[in-house]
Parts: sequence; structure tokens; C-alpha cells
Amino acid sequence: MAAPLAWPSSAAVLGRTCGRWLFTGAAGGVLVLILLPLIFVVWLSFFRQEIPSFPPDGYSLRWFRAIWTNPKFADGFAMSLQVAVVAMLAGLLLGVPAALCIARFRFAGREVLNNLLLLPIVVPGIVLGTAIYVFHVELQGFFSEVTILGSIGGLVAGHILLVIPWSVRLVTASLAGFDRSVEEAALSLGATPVRAFFRITLPIIRPGIVASALFGFVVSFGNLEMTLFLVGAGRTTLPIAILQYLEWKIDPTIAAVSVVQIALIGTAMAITNRFVRLSRVV
Amino acid sequence: MARLALQQLSKQFASNIAVRDVTLDVGDGEFIVLLGPSGCGKTTTLRMIAGFVTPSSGTVRLDDRDITNLPPWKRNAGMVFQSYALFPHLTVAENVAFGLEMRRSTADIPSRVAEALRMVRLGGLEGRLPRQLSGGQQQRVALARALVIRPDVLLLDEPLSNLDAKLRETVRVEIRELQRQLGITTVMVTHDQEEALMMADRLVVMSNGEVRQVGTQRELYERPADRFVAMFVGRSNSLSGKIVGPGRFETAGGLRIACHEGAIGPAVLALRPERLALGAMAADCVNRLPGTVEFVSYLGASIDLHVRISPTDRVVVCQPNRADVRLPVEGDRIEVGWPADAAMVFAQETAPVPN
Repeated sequence: MAAPLAWPSSAAVLGRTCGRWLFTGAAGGVLVLILLPLIFVVWLSFFRQEIPSFPPDGYSLRWFRAIWTNPKFADGFAMSLQVAVVAMLAGLLLGVPAALCIARFRFAGREVLNNLLLLPIVVPGIVLGTAIYVFHVELQGFFSEVTILGSIGGLVAGHILLVIPWSVRLVTASLAGFDRSVEEAALSLGATPVRAFFRITLPIIRPGIVASALFGFVVSFGNLEMTLFLVGAGRTTLPIAILQYLEWKIDPTIAAVSVVQIALIGTAMAITNRFVRLSRVV
Repeated sequence: MARLALQQLSKQFASNIAVRDVTLDVGDGEFIVLLGPSGCGKTTTLRMIAGFVTPSSGTVRLDDRDITNLPPWKRNAGMVFQSYALFPHLTVAENVAFGLEMRRSTADIPSRVAEALRMVRLGGLEGRLPRQLSGGQQQRVALARALVIRPDVLLLDEPLSNLDAKLRETVRVEIRELQRQLGITTVMVTHDQEEALMMADRLVVMSNGEVRQVGTQRELYERPADRFVAMFVGRSNSLSGKIVGPGRFETAGGLRIACHEGAIGPAVLALRPERLALGAMAADCVNRLPGTVEFVSYLGASIDLHVRISPTDRVVVCQPNRADVRLPVEGDRIEVGWPADAAMVFAQETAPVPN
């Protein structure tokens, strides 16, 4: 005989309700803590006066205009854009085949390779930057006739390193649910493996590739710590330009620049999320 | 259309022999079903025919061509996969046209695609994507895609297992009729014996990577080569014991039974449930044993009675459901009988037997 089902006691129900409220409250609190600075930055960027104070005297768009008249920001933006685009493309060219090999083949050292490719996420940016800088110094000693230290090539190479883990992860994720018999169907219908790859496999994993491109772009565009070690004299990326500006001044220009950067990255992330649920890979 | 011949085909994965010495001739236009429990090597055999698995030894021949080492894209075998494996980013028409495009066929692709879709009764759905179709429709697209290339041989890998039971029955008949009408040589893999019996010209029963028996439905059912086939194809009561003399069998439970030939020694007696008679109907039988009805299943067209005939032996008797006959009830004492030729005798063997 089964024991009769007991109704949950009112104390238990109360406890569970309280627990849910506590959880929601805590989650909400954390969210506010995360978002508050962003909200203030956005708000601040529209203040009219030069020295931020509350309440604002009035609102204006002058700080957004000021960005484009400041050559440091304009140059930094252009540099960040170029580096991010090149790093993103190179990261895809290296990451997509790597992800395919990892997802498809069982070979010795596969796990090691997989972890190795994800390592740049784990190592702190400062450490990564220092290590690459030291490496460049050593390399420069051997090849004195080419510029390595502080070169644009060295900077891009560093950023490619940042992009690879993300392109590998996002493409691997999109291959996870891939039905191999779809490829076999193509083969049995007369497609050579190469044609099957370009006509069938690649279009099916295209969302993952688009997502990894956008995400790679975002990661490269926003990087500060590693980049600090790799930029040459007179060259800045946008995050560095912001940092340098802050050393001398605090007017709402900085807030306006941040808003532009947040908008750009936010858009890229939102598009990425449409292709691959970011919560699955991050 | 073509004849397909497998000669001593074997496949070994590491230390595991998946398929051992399969030899099979499939006639032009014949429908062959590979039947067996999961892991019996039937799918590996099919994949060797398709070219996805390279045999460890043996040959695959299509008419007079040896295609053993030909890659899949040069074989001209149309395959329907268990998951259908439709190209998710292509429309129905593009899916079906794919094989023709790969062949750079000079034929008029749109008209052949339309013809193939009409054949599987999918006209009007050309522009849909696979995810906008029902399971049954997806299955037909997969079939049309495999047939449109006019393959030498059609390979079906559990094509019906993802359909619901009602639909499965109609699709079985449809596939079979289409196959006959086109006269296309076909090899199908399934673990569902009912499906196999319904569709095949001849069946190949496999277990543990080996062919146990090749034959028509009737041959397999009435003259199973071994105990495995007797148990796997249709239902059988199995009584274990030993042959104690010419035509004399004794069960482990001590029952003495008259049967046909068989070598003296441990053996198993297999009895089809519908060959057993009850009560007065058993009066003329050589073997008559008293028993007790322990369980009755009313199945509509027939009734299964589980009758205990010794402390260790119980048999299932399948009776046609007739209005004029009183149904035994649980607890009834009743006599079970069968003629000597109803019992199939097999030497005791070690191979696992399906439940």
C-alpha cells in the first residue's frame, strides 16, 4: 500500500516562497550592481557641463561631437577596428579547421590540443601581454633587421591569440548536434568529400561561424590589458586612448566614447546571440 | 538495376569482429531485408554496400563490377537513412535535385525532380524546408532523393523506425509497391521482424556478425535453420532437455515427448504457439500433456493461453478467437497436444537467443 500523499505544510510553502523571493532579490541586486555604472556612464555622456556634478545643468550632445574632433579617439577607433577585423578573419581561418578536427577526429593529444586552444581565455591578459612582450624582445634580438617589438604585426598576432579560443568554442558548439549521416547522404548522392563540405557542411554550421566572427571581433576590439604591452610608440587602440585621456581629464567625453564602444559591442553581441545562444558557450 | 553480390564480406573493428563472412546474392529487382537484433552487424553490412565502411576482407560486386574499394560517391547507390538526413538548409526540390547536380546530369533536372516528388506524392511541397514537413513527408523526400538518381541499388537503413505505428503500416506498403513498380534492387536493414516479413522477397537473419539463415518468410518460419532463427522469426515455445533415443525427447522437467529425428544429447524443442491444440482438439495428437491454464491474454483475433505442463515448463498456446468455443479461464485443467512434426528440434548451442 502506498502511503497517502501528505499536503505540504504551510510552513514549508512559506519557506519556499521566501526562498524564491530571496533568490529573485539577490539576482536583481547583482544585476543592478552590474548595470548601475553603465547607466551612469550613459547618463553622464549627455551632461552639458564639463565637470560632472549632480544634478546636471542641462543636456547636450557636444561630448559626442568632441570624440571626432579629438584625433586620439578617432585614430584609436580606426586602429581598433583594423586590428579587430584582421584578427577576426585570421582567427576564423585557424579556428574553424581546428574546431572541425577536434569535433570530427579521435586522435592522440586531442584533449590536450583542445585545452591548449582555450588557454588564452584562462591566462590573465596582463600575464599574456607580458609573456608576449618578453617573447618579442627575445625575438627582436635574433632578427635585428625586422621590427617586431611594437609592430602592428606583433599586435595583430597577439589579438589573433585572443580570438582563436572563441572561434574554436563557438564552431565546436555548432558542430555538436551535427548529424553525420547528412554528409554521408551527400556522398552517396555523388558528391566528393570536398563538394559535400562546401555545399552541405559549411552552410549548416554557418551560424556558428558568423557568431564566432562577431564574438572574436568584440573580444579583440575591447581588449586593453594585453594590448598595452604590444602597441608601439604613437600608436593607440580605442581602449588605450580612453585610458590615456582619463589620466589628464575627466569630462563627459570619456563617457561619450564609452557609450559608442558599448553600443558597438552590444550590437555585435546581440547579433551573435541570434546565431548561437551565448549562454551555451561562455 | 543490377544484381548485387557479397562474397565472404568481413569487417573487424580493433578486436571486435562486426561482420563475419557474409555471402549473399541479391537478384535484379529483389527486395532483401537484413534482420537481426541490434549489434548483429546488419547495419555495418549495409554500410559496406554503401561504401561508408571499408571491408576487412571479401568483395562487393554490382553486376560484373567489383566495387569493394570504390568510394561512396562513385557507387550509384541510393540510400535512405534512419534520420532521413535531409539537407536542412535546402528546400525539398533542392534536396531531391542534389544528386542530379552532383552527377552533372544532362537530363532536365526540374522535370526529373517533379517526377520523383510526384512518385512519392509530395507534389506542391517543392519550396518547403525539411523542418516545415512532418516526419512522414520527410521520409518521402529522403526516398525521392535516393530514387531520382536512378540508383543501381536502393539501401534502406531502418527507414520506418522514426514513424508512428499507424503511418508505418501504410508507408511499408507504399515503399514496397514503389520498389516493385521501379524494379529496383533493394537492401533494407531492420530489427522489426513484422516489418521484415511484410516487405521482403527474402530475408537474411543475422546475429553476432554472422548470417544465420537466408530464405523466404515461409522457409524461415517453417524450417528455421537453428534455434536463434526459430526464436527470432515469429514466436516459439522453447523446451530444453535432451534427446534420449530415436524420436524421443525428455524435458528438464521430466516430460516425455515424441518428436522427429535429432542427435542424442542436449537439445531444445521449439513449438509454434498456433500449432498447439487444446482439449478435444488435441485428441488425435501424438503428444498429449495435461496442464493448468495460468494466464489468458485476449488479443482480439486470437487468444494466448499460458499453460503449465510441468513444474519447470510452461507453453503459450495461441487459439483463433471463435464465437462458438468456450474460452478456458485461469485455473482450468486442460490437455495440450501437438503432432510430432510440429516440434522443431535443435542441438543445444551457446549463441545468445533473443527474448
